[in-house]
Amino acid sequence: MAIRPEHEIHNRRFGRNLGLGLVLAAFVALVFGLTVVKISHLEEGKLPETEASQ
Amino acid sequence: MSDTSAIDHRQEAGFGDYVQLLKPRVMSLVVFTAMVGLIVAPVAVHPFVAFTAILFIALGGGASGALNMWYDADIDRVMRRTQSRPIPAGRVSEGEALGLGLALSVLSCLMLGLAANWFAGAFLAFTIFFYVVVYTMWLKRSTPQNIVIGGAAGAFPPMIGWAVATGGVAPESLLMFALIFMWTPPHFWALALFMKDDYSKAGVPMLTVTHGRPATRRHILVYTLLLAPFALALSLTSIGGPVTLVAALVLNALFIRGAVRIARRTEAAAEADGYKAEKVFFRFSLAYLFLHFGALLVEASLAPFGFGGW
Repeated sequence: MAIRPEHEIHNRRFGRNLGLGLVLAAFVALVFGLTVVKISHLEEGKLPETEASQ
Repeated sequence: MSDTSAIDHRQEAGFGDYVQLLKPRVMSLVVFTAMVGLIVAPVAVHPFVAFTAILFIALGGGASGALNMWYDADIDRVMRRTQSRPIPAGRVSEGEALGLGLALSVLSCLMLGLAANWFAGAFLAFTIFFYVVVYTMWLKRSTPQNIVIGGAAGAFPPMIGWAVATGGVAPESLLMFALIFMWTPPHFWALALFMKDDYSKAGVPMLTVTHGRPATRRHILVYTLLLAPFALALSLTSIGGPVTLVAALVLNALFIRGAVRIARRTEAAAEADGYKAEKVFFRFSLAYLFLHFGALLVEASLAPFGFGGW
């Protein structure tokens, strides 16, 4: 068997790593979006007194 | 060279194999019913929170799918239909499926709790427990009513969606549960009539094997008749309306007609036309559920314009 720089298995592993990377990036984006939504809702509702008095 | 060739790299899993562990086709039903449950609930949810909640409900469903594939790997290896799944095919190890399932279960319940409320998170945890422990580990291999019990697990998602919005349980959400719960047995038994899987070889007590095929035909009819009152009751609740009522009347009449046809057929007649009536009934059962929940969705989307609902 000739030694090739790119064996099929490398492609498959790259696909797996890429997939996991994208999933993790999406998760980070999701948590960030959720944080923004939760915090902006908090501001609409009741502001802490120190901030409200400013 | 002999050292490295001992490891068979062709068996190594790709990303898609891990996705397959999560049973994406089951997930699509979970996403749809949970979404309807969330939208028809009387409390408005921020769209991004709703999106996140449905995503993690689906992920929880996927996690229980992976745990199911871990535990049922011995059955899957025996049955023809499931032999190409990642574990029986040797692409993913049983331990990997267990790890993925457990990790995603914890993650999805925690994230649903954080995004929506802890009641919804706990409800998702209970659903995963019910599907994996009560159904997969306990009742699937011990009773021919396994499909009925398994149906309960599939019926929880609209209740979880409702819980995301309201933080609790209501008659409406219980009726959405009842609709899927009563619908599952006729749906799966129709499939069992024409798929003829090797359940007996795998040691799963399927109704078609334990009580015979004529008994299964009668069971389909009984469950279809019991399903209709729940469907009609749902259309008369606050989330129902004229559209849902008409849909329920038409869909249940057609569903019962199909079930009567199946109950009256002999096995010889079914063999003769290649299980045509059973296949038609099975395909219609998918449309039945989709259109029922679709009608609820129509009702909710007409509400802002002064239509829909009672």
